[in-house]
Amino acid sequence: MSEKHEKLIDKKGIRLDGRKADELRPLKLQVGVLSHADGSAYIEHGKNKILAAAFGPREMHPKHLSLPDRMVLRCRYHMAPFSVQERKSPAPSRREIELSKVIKECLEPALFLELYPRTGVDVFVEVLQADGGTRCASITAAALAIADAGVPMRDLVVACAAGKVDDTVVLDLYDAEDKLGAADLPVAYMPNLNAVTLLQMDGNLTTEEFEKALNMAMDGCKKIYEMQKEALKTKYMVVKEEAEE
Amino acid sequence: MSSLVTRVRLKQIEQFIEKGKRLDERGLRDTREIKIEQGLIEKAEGSARVLLGKTQVLVGVKVETGEPFPDTPNEGVLTVNAELVPIASPNFEAGPPNEDSIELARVVDRGIRESKVIDNEKLCIEPGKKVFVVFVDVYVLNHDGNLIDASAIAAMAALLNTKMPNYEIKDGELKIKQGYTPLPVKSHPVTVTIGKINGSLIVDPGLEEEQVMDSRISMAINEEGHICAVQKGGSGYFTPQQILEASKIAQEKAVEIRKKLNW
Repeated sequence: MSEKHEKLIDKKGIRLDGRKADELRPLKLQVGVLSHADGSAYIEHGKNKILAAAFGPREMHPKHLSLPDRMVLRCRYHMAPFSVQERKSPAPSRREIELSKVIKECLEPALFLELYPRTGVDVFVEVLQADGGTRCASITAAALAIADAGVPMRDLVVACAAGKVDDTVVLDLYDAEDKLGAADLPVAYMPNLNAVTLLQMDGNLTTEEFEKALNMAMDGCKKIYEMQKEALKTKYMVVKEEAEE
Repeated sequence: MSSLVTRVRLKQIEQFIEKGKRLDERGLRDTREIKIEQGLIEKAEGSARVLLGKTQVLVGVKVETGEPFPDTPNEGVLTVNAELVPIASPNFEAGPPNEDSIELARVVDRGIRESKVIDNEKLCIEPGKKVFVVFVDVYVLNHDGNLIDASAIAAMAALLNTKMPNYEIKDGELKIKQGYTPLPVKSHPVTVTIGKINGSLIVDPGLEEEQVMDSRISMAINEEGHICAVQKGGSGYFTPQQILEASKIAQEKAVEIRKKLNW
């Protein structure tokens, strides 16, 4: 990219969408939004709108994929054709297949797989609208859906990206920043265990910038983590109220 | 993969690592020997075969003409594909690419793309209409662990070996002339993969280590020592300290490998 694009951050350090460098987009998290899934969650992360549903632990289909000593976690990350500017074919793209794999691998460390041999848990993530950072928002929602299904977890998994835009390390990139920025670093994290379960990057960062971005992303994760816990509690407050009536 | 055999092996590997050693006598931070052979496929515009220990990867590069993407009308197109062919391992099956081969292709692709290896604007023939399309096909011939690093090195070596056809435009028609020019390569990233076994970080995991390790992290490092691409894989986790340590190791190893390869 040789042509200079317009500045993404102004002189006062304010980004095009009005945020400061270390500020998250507005978030909304809801748990138990689908009545037929064992667990479900909905997330609005900026303009991202994503639904996640979890089923299980249940018998594996097909059966031969089950494992004798542990549970199998399967994930599907999928974008709706209307979720992006130009219609996306509903067939799974290579990007979606890779993301499904890394999302599965980032959730697995949170589960006690060995407690449920021969069973499977399926997590389906549907991106209804995308605006940059969908894999992170998907992970945040998927972890909530699994928790809502009542599957025991070591910790919730929460994800957030940091990156570099106009030589500044910033938190939670949206679409334009992701496309025109210099680097994007999505991180999934289990705050209680201090464990990073997903880490990807593209762009160009020095070691110092990499460290700063990693720390910034983890700080973002910790903020979203509080909202995740709040969302889970809120659902059970409603259940409690209904039970009392 | 958690068969009885690998659990016994895991114990053995762990005991070795505690003593700072590996099953094949390597130290924890040693890579296996790298051998490169370039230009062995005459019909391809570029090719290279890389041996990383016993892991063997062949990369062929084809250069064709095609349309640019609408958002980058002045730039050539790079596509990377990976085939885990059944001759490479008893666990590989013929058929459409699975998630492992797609991940491999995309990690190799990211390393090349994000390090800006190819001077894309020099691949433009007619803005918005015709550009060179560079197909990088990764062919895994023998899987003995660490396909990511072997494939990334092989892809780089093949691109360095790639020649583009000369051309001229006559009356708006593209005509291929005799002779070739080398593909414009601007940077030489090196990808280093680090595995985590029982809390210890090891460089360039072999097949058995790969089967028992709980996670891996791969980093593409360019000449300036900047990190250009990262991929964590596997069903385990890293602590933030381990990630920073891994990035340091990757940078040191990248310098060492670059020196060995003369890149």
